[in-house]
Amino acid sequence: MTERSELDAQSYVLLRLEDRQFALPAKRIAELVPLSRVFRFPHCSPEVEGVLIRRGRILAVCDISPRLAARPLKNRRLYLLAVRDFAARPESVAVPVTGECELISAEMTPATGGQPPHVRGWISHDGNVIEVLDLDNLIPGPTAAPNAVQAGVPQEALP
Amino acid sequence: MKLKPQTTATRRARRSEQMILFRIAHQLFAISANAVQEVRSADGMTGRIAEVPRAELRKVRHVVQRGERTVYVIDGGIQFGIPAAQSALVFVLRDLRAALLVDAIDRMASFTALHALPEAFCHEERGWYRGLVILDSNVIPVVDPRGLLSRGDLELLDANEHAPAANRREVRASA
Repeated sequence: MTERSELDAQSYVLLRLEDRQFALPAKRIAELVPLSRVFRFPHCSPEVEGVLIRRGRILAVCDISPRLAARPLKNRRLYLLAVRDFAARPESVAVPVTGECELISAEMTPATGGQPPHVRGWISHDGNVIEVLDLDNLIPGPTAAPNAVQAGVPQEALP
Repeated sequence: MKLKPQTTATRRARRSEQMILFRIAHQLFAISANAVQEVRSADGMTGRIAEVPRAELRKVRHVVQRGERTVYVIDGGIQFGIPAAQSALVFVLRDLRAALLVDAIDRMASFTALHALPEAFCHEERGWYRGLVILDSNVIPVVDPRGLLSRGDLELLDANEHAPAANRREVRASA
């Protein structure tokens, strides 16, 4: 690798969903944590399984496998806490993964037109071309929320 | 059972909020105690079966006249998409023309923190809930009473109420 390409290279986390491999920019990954209890309550966002508690904060659990691999992830072992930029602020989302995660350095070829919006580009690794995912277009986000508390850390209960 | 509103002094001293935890089928919810004016048995409320003008308002099960106000009684099971709700109690909501049918009260609890609903929840539920609370390592959604009926819903229901009342009948408001 030349000095220039080393500068251009970025870190990516490779993850396997069913039989396909995908990449996420490492700077968007906050943590890889063990599975914990998912709390469910009625809602209308089918991409969201529920929530989990992590260090006193409540995070949404989103399985991205149905969208990318056409079925829910079976052998989930860990949660990837990935940062998604919502309109209000960035927020961590727990993404179930199998545990076969790898940190690599690679150069991304940006996606051109005609690709799904969640494809940010491609990297080459071990002879394979791997899609780099754009979480902002993969995990859904809200429109205006008239009655809800502003997103983020716990707030005082009373206004 | 009449519920007194919490005083400002009490609120400031404790920096917390009293909530009623209640169940609809298996699901536990919370609602601010301040938001509930009265809890009544569903059997004890007399009203009419609601004639709803639109399918999405089928959650409005009964219409109750309380003084000069028309109050619309909402089936919590339909509101939150929970099947097999028993609807034994009615929460008459303070300062709103809505009441909520629930199965049972679980308990009262005090909370000092209301967590935001994560942004990934991006559909109707953002109007349903004020946020989430944590109790005994459980996460409980806090119902926003203002999200039960929108202004548009009320206008539609009111207009329907003022239409000629053919075939309306008085019923016991139990589910």
